[in-house]
Amino acid sequence: MKQLSKLAWRNLWRNRRRTLITLASVLMAVILAIAIRSFQKGVYGNMISNAVSFSTGYIQVHTKGYWNDQTINNSFEAGRQVQQALNNTPDISLSVPRLESFALASSGQHTKGVEVMGIDPAKEQEMNGLGKKIVRGKYISNSDGQGILVGDGLAKYLHLSLGDTLVLLGQGYHGTTAAGQYRIAGIFHYPLDQLNNMLVYLSLPDARSLMAAPNRLTSFSLMLKNPDDIDKVTTSLQHTLDSTWEVLQWPVMNKTLMQEIEGDNAGGIIMLGILYIVVAFGVFGTILMMTMERKKEFAVMIAIGMHRIKLITVVILETIFIGLLGILSGAVLVFPVVLYLHIHPLALTGAAAETYQQFGIEPLLPTSVDPRIFLSQGITVLCIALISALYPLWYINKFKLAETLKQ
Amino acid sequence: MPVIEIKELTKTYNETVVPVHALNGVNLSFEKGEFTAIVGPSGCGKTTLLNMMGGLDHPSSGQVIIAQEDITKMDTSHLVDFRLRNIGFIFQSYNLIPVLTVRENIQFIMELQGRSKKEIDERVHYLLDAMGLSDKINVRPKYLSGGQQQRVAVARAMASKPKFILADEPTANLDSKSTETLLNLMANLNEKEEVTFIFSTHDQRVMDKAKRIVTLEDGKVMNDSNSGVLHETA
Repeated sequence: MKQLSKLAWRNLWRNRRRTLITLASVLMAVILAIAIRSFQKGVYGNMISNAVSFSTGYIQVHTKGYWNDQTINNSFEAGRQVQQALNNTPDISLSVPRLESFALASSGQHTKGVEVMGIDPAKEQEMNGLGKKIVRGKYISNSDGQGILVGDGLAKYLHLSLGDTLVLLGQGYHGTTAAGQYRIAGIFHYPLDQLNNMLVYLSLPDARSLMAAPNRLTSFSLMLKNPDDIDKVTTSLQHTLDSTWEVLQWPVMNKTLMQEIEGDNAGGIIMLGILYIVVAFGVFGTILMMTMERKKEFAVMIAIGMHRIKLITVVILETIFIGLLGILSGAVLVFPVVLYLHIHPLALTGAAAETYQQFGIEPLLPTSVDPRIFLSQGITVLCIALISALYPLWYINKFKLAETLKQ
Repeated sequence: MPVIEIKELTKTYNETVVPVHALNGVNLSFEKGEFTAIVGPSGCGKTTLLNMMGGLDHPSSGQVIIAQEDITKMDTSHLVDFRLRNIGFIFQSYNLIPVLTVRENIQFIMELQGRSKKEIDERVHYLLDAMGLSDKINVRPKYLSGGQQQRVAVARAMASKPKFILADEPTANLDSKSTETLLNLMANLNEKEEVTFIFSTHDQRVMDKAKRIVTLEDGKVMNDSNSGVLHETA
């Protein structure tokens, strides 16, 4: 193998300029492929992170049927069974209890439909840093009489400021009337306009009191130590909890986001496909030329006693060397840029930012430094290089010895 | 016992279109230590005969028996191993591997044979001494003259300790001085190691050095100096 590797390496540099041009094409393709994927994955990660932490969590546990019929009547009593199941699942980093309903919010002459979310403020803070989003007033704690937190969009719409009173009117548990008035304790601002315009937070005791649902919850939102364990945790909880519960993952609860990601991802893959084709032709041309110009040399090697399979190995090694050199140098060059943009994401401004916010996404373009992006692009480019060497390899296996020696 | 025995060997190209009979019932045998030139006009079948003896091409019919094995019956893979163990090749245009040094070109074949490093080193130095190329050991072929390259090719052919060496027009690209040097070196190795050399050639200087001359014409043996008579053809 050492002999074959030495031959392959030296063959690569017989025509230095041609090899460097091929390397440059592989390198550029790798840089572009990693950059595209890294931006895509980074933005998707940001979108998912926003959606997960600001709304659903990675997984939610509800009473069976709640997701399709989100009424307070499908709430559950926060008993020991579910709490124990969550506590005994080590991959869960945080379980956040919520009591959610809809109500009409009114102030003066203005009204608006809002989502009322009863929260454990400490856990919510841990999940999405809600306390840090307060732009006026103060955060609340988990006791009654705490007042209410409203989004700045809603406050503006209802002409509310700190200390004002907001009236909520809706339906409570089992058809009771949910009505209450709450002092504005704080005004928050999320990067997502959708949330700013329609969300209000009460402490759990206040929300339970409003909805006449003592000790009840509509969901546990779960954060995970490693988001990749989502399937494992879901399966585990489905086994632990009985059939009166539903355990849903965020893609099920946020289908729009999932579809957005899938659509964008498909576009990215088409771009990558075009890049891969460019790489394939570059490597194919080089390996084909390297093979054809050495036909006689190959024939001599076989004549003196070298098996064709060893020659094929040499050409495969040459392809791997070209591929690996391009991949490694491309990855090394692009990594610092990707890392920088991961730490300092590009912030969108103007219309682009507004569009992102309308879709409920932070207007940021972070990159992902997930090693799997580098690995998958590297392996893909290497496979493409090897596939493009198939014809030269086929040729080596088939050429006629005596005829080639005569040339 | 002959090193090579050729029986009723024929080779026809374009059998289905316009048949060209490159070899037409050739019968020959070569003993150990022979220094034979195969001569004849262009297209008489010299190279085809060498290719058949070297297992580089398959005959239309007939046998090539080397070390009691009919190589025309061997499969391709077996033939490669057979050539590696038994046959050395010298080509008209040297055909050294350009990315390897002189030493590496010579040891290449021995590495394919799986010989020990010590044995390889000893053989490389012995052959380079014999060829007068010890000072070029780490030089790549492109820095050598044609004569020097052909001497390296001879060393490469000898490296595997073959039963015989086939040389296709080995002096065709050499000047007279290089030809003389090369022929003397080959004759020397032929004496010392008793290796059988079989050349195809047009070169009178090679014929003058040869111990035996086989003349081919239209794919048939017209004359063999060993027998001293004009052969009857089939």
